[in-house]
Amino acid sequence: MRRLRNLIAAGVLSVAGLTAGAQAAGDVAVPPAQEWAHGGVNSFLSFFKGYDYAAVQRGFQVYKEVCAACHSMHLLHYRNLHDVGFNEEEVKAIAASVEVTDGPNDQGEMFTRPGLPADKFKSPFANKQAAAAANGGKAPPDLSLIVKARSHFEDYVYAILTGYEEAPADAHIPPGGNYNKYFPGHAIAMPMPLFENGVTFTDGTKATVPQMAHDVVTFLAWAAEPKLEERRRVGIMAITFLVVFAGIMYAAKRRVWADAH
Amino acid sequence: MAHAPQSNFNNPVVNWIDQRLPIITMMNKEYGSFPTPRNFNSLWNFGAIAMVVLATMILSGVVLAMHYTNNTALAFDSVERIMRDVNWGWMIRYIHANGASMFFIAVYIHIFRGVYYGSYKAPRELIWIFGVIILLLMMGTAFMGYVLPWGQMSFWGATVITNLFSAIPVVGEHIVTLLWGGFSVDNPTLNRFFALHFLLPFVLIAVVFLHVAALHITGSNNPLGVEPKGPQDTLPFHPYYTTKDLFGAVLFLIIFAAFVFFAPNYLGHPDNYIPADPLVTPAHIVPEWYFLPFYAILRSITFSITLPFTDVVLIPAKLGGVIGMFGSIAILFVLPWLDTSPVRSSRFRPIFKWWVLLWLVPAFLVLGYVGGKPAEQPYVLLGQIATVMYFVFFLALPIIGRIEKPLPLPASIAKPVLGGGSVATGATAQVMEKA
Amino acid sequence: MADTMQAGDGQTRRDFIYLAAAAMGGVGAASALWPFIHSLNPAADTLALASIEVDLAPIATGQAIKAMWRGKPVFIRNRTPEEIESARKVPMSELIDPQTDQDRVKAGKENWLILVGVCTHLGCIPLGTSSGEPRGDYGGWFCPCHGSHYDTAGRIRKGPAPLNLHVPEYAFISDTRVKVG
Repeated sequence: MRRLRNLIAAGVLSVAGLTAGAQAAGDVAVPPAQEWAHGGVNSFLSFFKGYDYAAVQRGFQVYKEVCAACHSMHLLHYRNLHDVGFNEEEVKAIAASVEVTDGPNDQGEMFTRPGLPADKFKSPFANKQAAAAANGGKAPPDLSLIVKARSHFEDYVYAILTGYEEAPADAHIPPGGNYNKYFPGHAIAMPMPLFENGVTFTDGTKATVPQMAHDVVTFLAWAAEPKLEERRRVGIMAITFLVVFAGIMYAAKRRVWADAH
Repeated sequence: MAHAPQSNFNNPVVNWIDQRLPIITMMNKEYGSFPTPRNFNSLWNFGAIAMVVLATMILSGVVLAMHYTNNTALAFDSVERIMRDVNWGWMIRYIHANGASMFFIAVYIHIFRGVYYGSYKAPRELIWIFGVIILLLMMGTAFMGYVLPWGQMSFWGATVITNLFSAIPVVGEHIVTLLWGGFSVDNPTLNRFFALHFLLPFVLIAVVFLHVAALHITGSNNPLGVEPKGPQDTLPFHPYYTTKDLFGAVLFLIIFAAFVFFAPNYLGHPDNYIPADPLVTPAHIVPEWYFLPFYAILRSITFSITLPFTDVVLIPAKLGGVIGMFGSIAILFVLPWLDTSPVRSSRFRPIFKWWVLLWLVPAFLVLGYVGGKPAEQPYVLLGQIATVMYFVFFLALPIIGRIEKPLPLPASIAKPVLGGGSVATGATAQVMEKA
Repeated sequence: MADTMQAGDGQTRRDFIYLAAAAMGGVGAASALWPFIHSLNPAADTLALASIEVDLAPIATGQAIKAMWRGKPVFIRNRTPEEIESARKVPMSELIDPQTDQDRVKAGKENWLILVGVCTHLGCIPLGTSSGEPRGDYGGWFCPCHGSHYDTAGRIRKGPAPLNLHVPEYAFISDTRVKVG
């Protein structure tokens, strides 16, 4: 029986492992693993880890000042910024700094007004076609879920942001393309986005490229999985409960079976 | 029934109800005093575990349906709204997404147990057939459910799987158009998949009811595969197996919870966090892990079958793959008649035991492995070998039934259990009578 | 079963384990059920939209508008001095749900009457906001469903409704803008 049980366990595990393995296929350099305060959105053994909110706030600044020129984050609302430590006034001010289109009004016309916390993050382009037209035919992807939508998660996005290099002689980079060590096919349409001191952090952190990449990826990780900490907290409680319950059920079962053997 | 049955409960309300509709007497008979073989091992837990998961899926699914928007323009964002804005929505959605995998884990182990211990044999063939129908319903339900978030894998999975039907000669294209309700997977497809995804679990419950009802006519099989000979061989279902099943279910829930809370996307695919785009196919289309073995069989038929010594194509490769895939499940329906051995349990079947453990199980695992790999060598060859192994497992059963010399069977369940010694001790070699 | 076991220590411990198992099962089932029930409560995006701003400039004296707030109409009425006066001289003893007019408006902005436009009887929308609609026997609103009459302070005066029209939480942002909620 024991052997049989091991066989089953091995079978289940190996089948489960396949999906993860399948994602790693490809001829591109594997993104090196980075240190994340929250352990990574898909990390299993990070039971007590949470986001570094100072990094999330800095990352939001990088997104706002650099990425937001081309990339939308349409699943986020300004009100969500409460959750990373901006107070109500700051959230209102951030929201009010953009003009959003609302309407139609009583005359049936669309109008603009300052943004409210309940508004979605304003997209840089009116629609996907406009985004593609302004960017050489390829719309920049929405970043709301980017960390969960790529294998290697945070590490991949970090690797892309820091993976721009001089193209090797044998690389075929079409016009308008850029060489990136970690991008599938190496020819990425996005030009290198981050430069030393590209932003001035309000908290005085030195804006090196690795620092900005780390911060913006932490922000994007939070954006993709905002309930990560709640999830882990509830998980600890649920599993603790289930383990104790299992112990008691085992004792109860033993008691019941005591007179059967 | 001409007269009310005798009910004898202390509670007058219970008594009143039971005299008019003896459901409490029935529940007591089927789940209380129901005589159950006393020697179940932990593999017998998985039927109850599968039921617990099914109940969880229906509860979480109904709540999700209350928040989900069934429209191609809104579906993806409505799922993300559940993840972000709905109270506890992230947990309910992760329970539902991982619950599908848990359901398949429980059911695959349940099926393995049925094969290993010969539970499909007379008189339990109908139970087995209902089980295979449940598996098919599960597959259909899981497939359509995966389409609903309308991510890239949803869309392209739906496209690839519905296109299978185009392999059917003459009417194939018409069937595909009928399935889609258009010229591609689009809003009408999503709408009907949602409706069916909601409906099929209730059909599934009905078949589960039949599965259990039929089980309660014959009684359960057991690890020895010999029928209980008397009361000394059985225990009342309650409290013995209620506590045991509950304990097993709680253990299983720990694994379930570990996935939901600490690795909720591990069994998923990153591409499904990209909204569906009919103009871009992802680099690797991979079905969910529980479909991989069948997907591998589909892909391993890379050749057309021609009339011997001519170029006349009898079965084109595409149709061959589809036949192979559906055949791999269809063959399960006739398993009770392919296996001609009168002995049920592998414990007393020296050849069949290893035929399962070293032939069928590796073939199935290799198929699962290959199904997750790109369609290139050496995976194609490996998949073809494993496909042949899978079908040979079943087709060789009549031969094994003939050449195998079963070990002596115990006289009864109580003997080896109470004796605590070797099963063969003192038992005369006798072959289980078909009854 | 219980009677086959001998009494004493074993009996007590066994009962305790069964009780503990049943209690934990109950607590576990209840706490697992709560998230599913709570998910049916308003979601974060619904709560975030719980306030609206309304421009009062276009509402002339004697007129009223309806605005949408939390999926329900809000009546905003620019009352005439006569309407205010008629509301204020009603003795409390005549009212079904006694409340002064002063309590139902903001000091200094007595002309602005802001109400949730849902009849307190069974949730219909009373008539009387648009010009030409019947305003009932007391010059306020009239609910056509079951004949409730409200006065110019939105108080119930006649009919089956038990309470005055509800006054939502609101604040004037400026002389011509009000924030409801």
